[in-house]
Amino acid sequence: MMEAKFIPGDKVPAWLAELAKERRTAVPRREGGAVVFRPFDPDQPVPLGRQATTPPKGSVFPQCEPLMVFRYEKDPASPDTSQVRVKETIDETPRLVVGGRPCDARGFATFDRVYDAEDVKDLNYLARREHTAFITMACPRPSSTCFCHWVGSGPADTECSDVLMTPVEGGYVLEPVTETGGELLQSSLLEDAGKRLDEAHAVHKRAAEGLGEAPDLSETPGKLLELFDDMGFWEEVSAKCISCGACTYLCPTCYCFNITDEACGAEGARLRTWDNCMSYQFTMEASGHNPRPTKAHRLKNRVGHKFSYYPTIHGGAIACCGCGRCIKHCPVSVDIREIVLKATAAESAEQE
Amino acid sequence: MSLLDEMKGRIKERLPELDVVIGWQRGFDPLHATPLFMRGEEDVDRLVLDPLCVHNLATYLTGLRDKKVGVVVKGCDSRSVIELLQEKLLDRENITVFGFPCEGVVSLKKIAREVDLDLVEDARVEGDTVKVTVDGGEKSFPLAEVAADKCGRCRYHNALLSDEFVGEPVTEPEADEYADVAEFESRPLEERAGHWREAMQRCIRCYACRNACPLCVCRDHCVAHCRDPHWITEQDTVDEKWFFQVIHAMHLAGRCTECGECERACPVGIPLLLLKRKLNKEVEELFDYRAGTKVEATPPLMAFQVEEENINERGW
Repeated sequence: MMEAKFIPGDKVPAWLAELAKERRTAVPRREGGAVVFRPFDPDQPVPLGRQATTPPKGSVFPQCEPLMVFRYEKDPASPDTSQVRVKETIDETPRLVVGGRPCDARGFATFDRVYDAEDVKDLNYLARREHTAFITMACPRPSSTCFCHWVGSGPADTECSDVLMTPVEGGYVLEPVTETGGELLQSSLLEDAGKRLDEAHAVHKRAAEGLGEAPDLSETPGKLLELFDDMGFWEEVSAKCISCGACTYLCPTCYCFNITDEACGAEGARLRTWDNCMSYQFTMEASGHNPRPTKAHRLKNRVGHKFSYYPTIHGGAIACCGCGRCIKHCPVSVDIREIVLKATAAESAEQE
Repeated sequence: MSLLDEMKGRIKERLPELDVVIGWQRGFDPLHATPLFMRGEEDVDRLVLDPLCVHNLATYLTGLRDKKVGVVVKGCDSRSVIELLQEKLLDRENITVFGFPCEGVVSLKKIAREVDLDLVEDARVEGDTVKVTVDGGEKSFPLAEVAADKCGRCRYHNALLSDEFVGEPVTEPEADEYADVAEFESRPLEERAGHWREAMQRCIRCYACRNACPLCVCRDHCVAHCRDPHWITEQDTVDEKWFFQVIHAMHLAGRCTECGECERACPVGIPLLLLKRKLNKEVEELFDYRAGTKVEATPPLMAFQVEEENINERGW
């Protein structure tokens, strides 16, 4: 049985330094008013008190990665023909992410159903996923934009985490979730949690209570489908959207990507890059036709993908972790909660 | 009658002849305003008008060119409308401008330095004070201290163009001398390069800066996304991000009205307005021109003169 541990607040940097020797370790860092994940640096403070501006999604699914590199080589005997040599680039570096929130870690559950499916395995993703551990910070209190409880999660959700870290008086309680998590808690800097474990669980309970009641979204997938052709609805809810990609790029569950071959001379790489369904080019077809020509079509896809199409093919799992970044950092405060509730209520109103 | 009530009255009067009027309403918390698209009288009742109304709503106008649109503007926003009219990207007869005097908008980034924005319970503006309640405790901020930096430099507090002007015009302050740009330029080159390298590292290539900009009008044909030719690679290196920002700034030279939406929209806090101001400073020195101040003027980079007054082309 793996036991919970405690670390005094002032020993956290020393502990992180120990962990960073074994694994490439990313931690939150304050930069220009934002909090982003960066490689651990003993000289930099590690702000653990708030949700980072960007999720640690890139540690497992980088914004841009080469899937392979290639090189054209001419055959000296026959200069008109060339051969292409291809090298896969699978990254198995052991990694650790410390200080993400339960929503951040749980985002990978959404990825796993797609990239680790029975019939399709994404080897680049899986290599990183398998070699990345998460020490996740339970949320002591919800933000005004938090809605993880709407999508079946909570402030102390342990899904996809290896260790759950909870702020208590004087430090943090560390609860191992997986075997890897147990291994991460072997440091002599850690003490037994003892009664502090109860304190941590009280923090979890208070945070969950602070979120209030969640609406029932069980009918939402069907209702969104019924609204599919109601462009008046989608134009209204997307009117203020400026169709940038901040929501998708800050989202821990957005997994769409683009692939481009970029070559310089005889060498090049096949790059996989985050794509963005708010962009006109997202569904631009080679013929010139675009099935999602307006921002209304595109926002419909974003909401529909998360709350209807994905749950329909993945056993009801919603492709949103409720972190609220898309609301909090949207330049014009588009609120996906409002759209989901409006869509859920729209059809009920018709039935009356 | 309050400014807000007067504005609501004017909008309701004009609404029957318009498809939509764009203003602001309360957002997801009391500190955030959010754009409001008013089509009926009941929508107008949701209008708010105070220094928390930060967005430049002129951003939406080019996307609604075929509609009769009303737009509520602060002084800086009115300059964007003027610039769009100058560039013939809007049709004057389709636009109804509701202007008012603005004495500065709140920078939420400045408030965030003092309180946790995630936990805001209440917020209101009383006179020259912004009051924010977090965790049951109320904090007061003088508007001058938490106003966006652009407001401290603004020379155009009153809407420069309006079909309906609500409220009493305020006195316009002294000229902006680009002291911030001069200060930045006085630093060693390596320090300046380091400043931008560090900032660009955070860039997530979301292009909120571009889409929030009222003068970014290439829309779906932006150099950043163009596939043929593929001007900018998909790599997320600092060089690529910086390349885009420099192109963005160059495209806005002498057109940017310094509303600061690029910088405000950036989720990771990149100080983009400084780049735009650098280019505007150059344009002002070369052409004695400030974007978006006169509807009948032609922006200098859209005009041609054989001999420019301030450019000594043959003195070598």
